[in-house]
Amino acid sequence: MSVLPVLDLVLIVLVIGLAAWTIVARDIFAAVLAYVAYGLLLAFVWIRLHAPDVALTEAAVGGGVTGVLLITAGKRLGALKASEAGAPPGLVLKLVAGALALLVAGAVAFAVVSLPTSAPTLAPEIAAAAPGPGAGLGNPITAVLMAYRSFDTMLEKVVLILAVLGVWSVGADQAWGAAPAPLRKPPPDGAMVFLAQILAPAGALIGIHIFWVGADAPGGAFQGGALLAAMWMIAMMARLTEPPRVASRRLRHALISGPAVFLVIGLAGAFIADAFFAFPPALAKPLILLIETFMVLSIALALPLLVAGPPNGSDEP
Amino acid sequence: MSPALLSGLLGAALVGLGLYGLIVHPHPLRKLLAFNLIGSGVFLVFGIVARRGAAAGFAFDAAPQAMVITGIVVAFAASALAVALILRLAAAGGKVTLDPKAWAKPDDGGAK
Repeated sequence: MSVLPVLDLVLIVLVIGLAAWTIVARDIFAAVLAYVAYGLLLAFVWIRLHAPDVALTEAAVGGGVTGVLLITAGKRLGALKASEAGAPPGLVLKLVAGALALLVAGAVAFAVVSLPTSAPTLAPEIAAAAPGPGAGLGNPITAVLMAYRSFDTMLEKVVLILAVLGVWSVGADQAWGAAPAPLRKPPPDGAMVFLAQILAPAGALIGIHIFWVGADAPGGAFQGGALLAAMWMIAMMARLTEPPRVASRRLRHALISGPAVFLVIGLAGAFIADAFFAFPPALAKPLILLIETFMVLSIALALPLLVAGPPNGSDEP
Repeated sequence: MSPALLSGLLGAALVGLGLYGLIVHPHPLRKLLAFNLIGSGVFLVFGIVARRGAAAGFAFDAAPQAMVITGIVVAFAASALAVALILRLAAAGGKVTLDPKAWAKPDDGGAK
């Protein structure tokens, strides 16, 4: 008897337990910690679904960077000493919400169980498109992201930039142009500085490697960029470097370089290839790698800036 | 049960748990956590659609998986925006709540 089905069950029980803990924990910090662990375990579920690319993204972004975002938010909220004025829910509300949640979960579960047996799929079309626009890419996910559905991916980069603009614009007027608050109060302890000095260079190399192998193996611009972002955040937490001023032109140019290069090459596709956002097959792989390089830069900048928050201008986190 | 079916049911359970937390918790940061649970549940359900779409020599349908990857990044961006709004609300008003009744009495904040 194989041990895998047992491991599957254990994994799913653990994930549900951690998800429940993020809901029932009294303390926000405990709930956030449970959420980080939940994100990491969810990555294993994705591996069991034969989705290593999604697993890498979930572990890096869903668990890791979101965890840093929420922990930082909890600390900043604690520092504001804002009173929590919301009334705790009554028993009736809890019962009604529980019944509604059960109903919705049951409906989703029913839909999952009764999915059609001959599942609709785009895999043959993606396989057929592989020799053309996605030429030279061995990883079908990267082929979909960068060739088959490249317009989606470009717009998704634009969403990241819009989110950065949204976060910056909730800052106070007098702080505009200044740097976001540091991620940690000074002084960081020696262990944190040592960790950042050892981990950040190694992690940055791994991030670049994951981006590079993404053409043919699990990985790619999202995952590599998220790892680079995490390494920059570790360096900021150890106060080896500080968040940049949001008025910096170089920062803004680097931030928009990903979607900008993508859009320019996509528009050029109307002339050098046969359609908007199409690549000539002979040049497809170098063009895609060029776009991805700038996308990695954009992602590696946008994620930490989203965590760092609006311009603040003070040294208090 | 196959891992795909199990993961789909896990997705359904996560949607339910998240919905409950979203309604019941008064704290906006807890609501955000619960909302992220709903999101990852929906991604998982989409993930089994990808797994069931295995064809043409692939173990999965790459299109839904690629959309889940963009989805995870967009969900993070939306969470960051929500966090920024929550922190601004707390800094400007001294209260962390979405309850309109708490905001209707401006003298209440200083009493505590």
